[in-house]
Amino acid sequence: MSRFLAAAAALLFAAMAPVPATAQDRLPPAPYADRQLADPGQEAEARALMEQLRCITCQSQSIADSNAPMAGDMRHQVRSRIAAGESPESVRAWLVERYGDYVSYEPRIGTATWPLFAVPAVLLVIVLLILRRRLGARR
Amino acid sequence: MIRLRWSLWLVVALALAIFVLFFVQLSRPKEEFVRSALIGQPLPAFALEPAAESRPGLSSADLADGQPRLLNVFASWCVPCAAEAPQLAALEQQGAQIVAVAIRDRPEDVAAFLEAFGNPFTRIGADPISEVQLALGSSGVPETFVIDGQGIIRYQHIGDIADRDVPVLLEQLREAGG
Repeated sequence: MSRFLAAAAALLFAAMAPVPATAQDRLPPAPYADRQLADPGQEAEARALMEQLRCITCQSQSIADSNAPMAGDMRHQVRSRIAAGESPESVRAWLVERYGDYVSYEPRIGTATWPLFAVPAVLLVIVLLILRRRLGARR
Repeated sequence: MIRLRWSLWLVVALALAIFVLFFVQLSRPKEEFVRSALIGQPLPAFALEPAAESRPGLSSADLADGQPRLLNVFASWCVPCAAEAPQLAALEQQGAQIVAVAIRDRPEDVAAFLEAFGNPFTRIGADPISEVQLALGSSGVPETFVIDGQGIIRYQHIGDIADRDVPVLLEQLREAGG
């Protein structure tokens, strides 16, 4: 019985040991994946943008938070483009052009998203109208 | 009194409409992949070194010579890329010209992969930092794009190519040629 328990425990530990979920490449990260830019102002701009960009392979994380190789390659793009003098907004636009709005965590007003911004404003106007009528009626 | 009832029904209808909207939108299956937004757009300009000795490298100019092609994005370390090898071979046999980009790969690993699973590619470019992959709006490996003779991206297939995808890709390739 104790041998059985030991075997079961061994199996349990084996199952809990970390196993890589998918094969990974053997190349080192891109030059600017984890290296900061020399100019602290540019690095701050790059970091702020990285926190607002979605990792394409691990979609619930920003590229600043993710260790996926693709997130590293995206950070390299962000840093090297900003180092080359591009503005953060033009780097964001470059990615949105390729992956759509989904790649950016900052909501944008577009043909699909304008109701999100319009509905609260419309509701506020309706509420104000009702309040004015009720309060006006009381007087 | 009549007016009040009418407006109450309106509230009920509105609540019901919102409920239906939420139900429909929330029961839609989650789109697992991010699709490229570049379909119908020209390929971004790039020029990649050869990924293996047996084939030349790949540039965007190679894909704008009048001949429609499949552009396969793969990697030797990617398991489904090996799984789609028979389908790529079938596509090549049925007349498709296939070029490839190898993502984050070493020449010796690409060579071993081609040795083991076959080489249907006429050109293979090396993309060690996923630069061209990002420029294409590709979200992983494997992916297969249909590029027409003018270098316009016509179609994107995400994931490995199954048997049922072979005729679809051939049809897309035929449309890109016409």
